[in-house]
Amino acid sequence: MLSSRQYIVSHAPFWHNGTAVHHRNYNWLLALLPAVAAGLTYFGVPALGVICLAVSSAIFWEWLITTVARRPVTVGDGNAALVGLIFGLLLPATAPWWLVITGTFIAILIGQQVFGGIGGNPFNPAALAWAIIFLSWKTFLDFDSMLVNYSFNFAPYHPLVALKAFGPQAVARIPLGDLFLGKQVGGIGTTCGLALVLGGIWLMARGIVRWEIPLSFLAGVFVSAFIFHVAAPESFSGPLFHIMAGYTLFGAFFLAPEDSSSPVNFLPMLIYGATGGIMTILIRNIGAYPDGVIFAILVINLINPLIDKIRPKRVN
Amino acid sequence: MIKKPFFGYATANFRYELLSKAVAPPASLPVPQQAVFLVPDPDDLGPSGFDYQVGTRLKTGQLLRARSGNGPGVYSTVTGTVTDTSVFLGNYGQKFLSLTVQCQQEDQWSEDFSQALEKDRQQALLDFLGAAPGAADLSPFADGQTPIDTLVVLGADPDLLVETNLSVLKSDLNALARGIELIKEVFGPQSVMVVAPGDNLQNVDSHFPARAITVPLDYPAVQPLMIMQKVLKRFPAQDKTIARLGVVFCKAEAVVSAAAALTTGRLPLEKLITVIDKQGNRKLARARMGTPIGDVLRRFGIETGSRDRIIAGGPMAGTAIYSLAQPVTAETDALMVQDRAEIVMSSDYPCINCGDCVRNCPAHVQVNMLVRFLEAGQYQEAADMYELYACVECGLCSYVCPARIPILQYIKLAKFELERSLPAEEDNA
Repeated sequence: MLSSRQYIVSHAPFWHNGTAVHHRNYNWLLALLPAVAAGLTYFGVPALGVICLAVSSAIFWEWLITTVARRPVTVGDGNAALVGLIFGLLLPATAPWWLVITGTFIAILIGQQVFGGIGGNPFNPAALAWAIIFLSWKTFLDFDSMLVNYSFNFAPYHPLVALKAFGPQAVARIPLGDLFLGKQVGGIGTTCGLALVLGGIWLMARGIVRWEIPLSFLAGVFVSAFIFHVAAPESFSGPLFHIMAGYTLFGAFFLAPEDSSSPVNFLPMLIYGATGGIMTILIRNIGAYPDGVIFAILVINLINPLIDKIRPKRVN
Repeated sequence: MIKKPFFGYATANFRYELLSKAVAPPASLPVPQQAVFLVPDPDDLGPSGFDYQVGTRLKTGQLLRARSGNGPGVYSTVTGTVTDTSVFLGNYGQKFLSLTVQCQQEDQWSEDFSQALEKDRQQALLDFLGAAPGAADLSPFADGQTPIDTLVVLGADPDLLVETNLSVLKSDLNALARGIELIKEVFGPQSVMVVAPGDNLQNVDSHFPARAITVPLDYPAVQPLMIMQKVLKRFPAQDKTIARLGVVFCKAEAVVSAAAALTTGRLPLEKLITVIDKQGNRKLARARMGTPIGDVLRRFGIETGSRDRIIAGGPMAGTAIYSLAQPVTAETDALMVQDRAEIVMSSDYPCINCGDCVRNCPAHVQVNMLVRFLEAGQYQEAADMYELYACVECGLCSYVCPARIPILQYIKLAKFELERSLPAEEDNA
């Protein structure tokens, strides 16, 4: 029964909706572009240097590690570029070059490749790298001292550091609109709420980010900050301030919903996001660090496998 | 092929299309020059286990099976001379003896079926109906394991685009009713239900000998496993196959075949096929079982080239075939040709945990975890922890997977391997 024509034989189904891993990652990169543009506007050429170095070094590290490990080279799927870009956007614009490439090395190797690459990482690679860098070289992630040479036309101090040091009165006069438009000291891509919300809406509308996670994260921040604020307005800032300031929006839209380290079932996604939001406020209000987003996200990454087991009871 | 919409929260929303009015009445194919019959060889006897050599004369309606008389058989739909015998390997290790027959135009009818009918009506149906159009496997009625209380007649095809059984239901409700009555009489199931999506059962009145069950138009509502879960509320598990739960599924075409065979005493020879061309246009054809697939495609002027894909069955659950010489069988409800530009190859990418499969799964299986166990070959763990047996095999998970993992293949393989290992364990116990 041999024929001169050779047909493709494969298993059902024979239709596919055309999505691919690289489509998803390129959409993430696209969604981050407004934040990149905002970062370049506020922080200028040094920010461009950090972003370019972060993306290129992340791609290089993944290429190197997969080549040395004799695994298929997967840099084409855009995942390394995405991890690099997210990590770069978390940094201050004046971060030194060695900090950037060390950070991307940690993100790619310890964050992802030791677990088998894309899909295997238990933590958000960029958040993990940021945490390790933060614990190792704390001064280089102190935005107030790193950005001291900039002359801003807005409050030239990190709102959350000011809140931690001087209480809510110190930040009460910062207009929320300023914070939302990016007029705050912070990471390159994490300050402009408008850009982040645009990117987040893009990802959620396209079905690439599961909307339950960002929205429940923000709801968790809002509700817990509101409770603190109502209980003791003289000690704790209001919920909208906490949503606009620091890494909150970036974490909600771009760190917490990372595919591999977040749940996929409906109720677990809500618990995951809300826990992240509540942890953020707990760390900010009664913890030691001014901004708790990264650590909150690492904590929810940690409990993700457990809460993703919450499912309807089996029928028989 | 339907692409992912630009907006939309990633759920594939497939609906069974109602029998399109544009479908012309079936085109009949003449008796083929050459026919091919795949005779099941479950005991792996090889050609020496059969009485058919080159030169053997076959009559129309002659039962073809191993010399020992074991296992299912097929019947010849033509009269002619065997010109070639070879071993044919089907899916999942099924073995067949392939007989190529040079056909003559006039039929000489064999007495096999009428003799069998006189001897034992039930046995005759069991022996012949599995090879009649629609391929009804009624053996659970007689194997003495679990009493069968329910017969479900599929009034539509489980797969998308396939119109064969729906057109049988629409075109000849009386024949269907007659077949159901006869099967009731011979096998005696307590309840018979006929299932179809949408408003296709409007014409079924209270005199119809089966309960009419309407299921939603959303794919995969007509999949037998889906009907088990949603309509019958019986849940298959590792040691509980559909038959062990007391249910037999049967296509409308098979019921009509039974009616024709029992009332006329002659076996039906022609299979109704939905032919789907590269543009997705559908046409109906009637061809004798055993007709090479190439003949059917040629009848409709469908050209195929290298690296196209030819599918026996529909787009979600069919089987790809590798040669135009393979025959139309009792199970070939549809023939679909896919252009090479339309083919999306599966990949060996790992699962990225995006969750699209979980959101699309009609059975609420946690596919993202299941596939991790299946990739590692841990089938028993997959069955115990992640509801392998809740899967209804609709293929929607593979359809939406961005990593293009052949998830449905993993699932079917796992079920096959578990089933295969079960007798071995019983032997060791």
